[in-house]
Amino acid sequence: MRKTLTLLVLASVLALSACSGKKVKPVTGAGGEPVTSTQSGAQTGGAGGGTSGTRGTEGSTANGALGPTGELGSQRVIYFDFDNSDIRPEFIDVVAAHGRFLANNPAVRVRLEGHTDERGSREYNIALGERRSQTVRRALLLQGVKESQIATVSYGEERPAVAGSDELAYSKNRRVEIFYIN
Amino acid sequence: MDLTMLQTLRKFSTRMLSALVLWAGAGAAYADLSIDITKGVTDALSIAVVPFARSVPADGGLDVAAVVQHDLEGSGRFRGMDRKDMLSTPVRVADIQAADWRAARNDYIVVGRLSSISNTELVIDFELVNLLSGQTLLQQRVSVAPSALRHGAHRVADLIYQRLTGTRGAFATRIGYVSVDGAPPAQRYQLLLADADGENIRVILESARPIMSPAWSSDGEWVAYVSFENHASAVYVQRVRTGERRLVSARAGINGAPAFSPDGRRLALTLSGSTGNADIYVLDLATQLLTRITEDPAIDTEATWSPDGKQLYFTSDRAGGPQIYRVGVQGGEAARRLSFGVPYAARPRVSPDGTQLALVVRDSSGYHIAAQDVAGGALRVLTRGSLDESPSFAPNGAQIIYAARERGQAILAMVSADGQVTQRLKADRGEVRDPVWGPYAD
Repeated sequence: MRKTLTLLVLASVLALSACSGKKVKPVTGAGGEPVTSTQSGAQTGGAGGGTSGTRGTEGSTANGALGPTGELGSQRVIYFDFDNSDIRPEFIDVVAAHGRFLANNPAVRVRLEGHTDERGSREYNIALGERRSQTVRRALLLQGVKESQIATVSYGEERPAVAGSDELAYSKNRRVEIFYIN
Repeated sequence: MDLTMLQTLRKFSTRMLSALVLWAGAGAAYADLSIDITKGVTDALSIAVVPFARSVPADGGLDVAAVVQHDLEGSGRFRGMDRKDMLSTPVRVADIQAADWRAARNDYIVVGRLSSISNTELVIDFELVNLLSGQTLLQQRVSVAPSALRHGAHRVADLIYQRLTGTRGAFATRIGYVSVDGAPPAQRYQLLLADADGENIRVILESARPIMSPAWSSDGEWVAYVSFENHASAVYVQRVRTGERRLVSARAGINGAPAFSPDGRRLALTLSGSTGNADIYVLDLATQLLTRITEDPAIDTEATWSPDGKQLYFTSDRAGGPQIYRVGVQGGEAARRLSFGVPYAARPRVSPDGTQLALVVRDSSGYHIAAQDVAGGALRVLTRGSLDESPSFAPNGAQIIYAARERGQAILAMVSADGQVTQRLKADRGEVRDPVWGPYAD
């Protein structure tokens, strides 16, 4: 038996917002993200807005004109083996190309976003994804990139690039994506 | 959000951010949940729940007896009677023709009546009778506001369940969970609360970026969660009744796995700083004092409190792969490993009586929910899916809600703590995951 008590839910939601004394606002801000009132003027949808909608996929230059050009530099996704955060041999030159560019352009910043496939516990996967971002970060630091140029974030298994529970999807989801953010 | 912004937020001033988010859109803004039993006990009790007398306009048309029957059947421990097979519909004990009901193989019968005491109070009067002995086992009155009649029906089911099984019922409780709609890269995330039977669904947060790890406070007033709305993880607490949000932690690196202490004054958290090594901390919510609990190069995360608030159970891969550990919050002694015999054990949760652990294990057939005594001992694997995760105990300790995948769809499921009864909670669209069972409301 399945009853949708839509009316009851809507009524209680409206009642709650009346209680809080605030006018109920529609959800969406610039990229459909929840409106947060402060953030000290740091927009969330605004700057970096270029990165909010599009996501890097293999070989694309999702960040537009930012970052290194050329075959290596235009590759923005590094893939990893299961349960592993080592940079595979075929990606060493890619990471090096980004490292050279950043070392030569100390005002340019990147955000490294680490991901895992869906297997295993969610928060443990957040930490695994961060390990992958950190591996790439350390490789960049070794090339003379400054700490202040690199931010890392891990999404664990929460933001897959490819939906599915097969090995092909898994291999496309174990990744670090490199985003140029200014 | 850049690094300097995150460092500014390191001060942790609590800020009032936006209030309850309303989804302004036509049609159902969230997926409905439907519950069905996949496996019940072999010795289920047969109980006939007769439609209650309802001459009360204020009941809003709610069929209280149907809710009671659905709750009892959903536990897997009762077999209800089909209404079309009922030869009569008594509403009081004196009208019960016991022989008829016994002939239909019922062991127990429930009869009841709704009435209105005032504009603001309805009462449900009911009796539970043992058909074999003729004894009235329960004669009770449940009183509710008209808008809370469904909750009252769940309380009736709780009382019957407790009388017949000896265990307190958890039908009048709530769950929290995350829903995801849409395909990569355009997923939409929601944090939702619902009654434990999947009704009364309410969206409390909506985002284009991931939401995860909801956790209830023991008094049911607050939910903590992780949100990536600012392109980085951050932990928030949100007051359930009003939608008031407070940012708890947005430090560089990981902010994750929030867990309220039983007294509600502290939050266990996973933080990593900019060097990215996940460790467990405890944050005092009033003083903002942060205490570090683990300090090692391994991943330490997914902390959960013992019911006395003195110990934390957590996941650590310090032994090479994830295993379960326990450590005193006061410090001064090494963490003790509790899981053995499997290459992967993670995401511990403690039963309300503090004696059992639910966890996720991996064996050759995939990831399953398992249970073991906190003192150690054999693992009991409770579920058979290959991608089972996120276990959470009901407040009576009798059931565990968890996330699973079935034929490619992400669903919620419940298993009894002894592994005998399983149910599924499926959304009619999208994926549901990361469930957490709320506390008793009293």
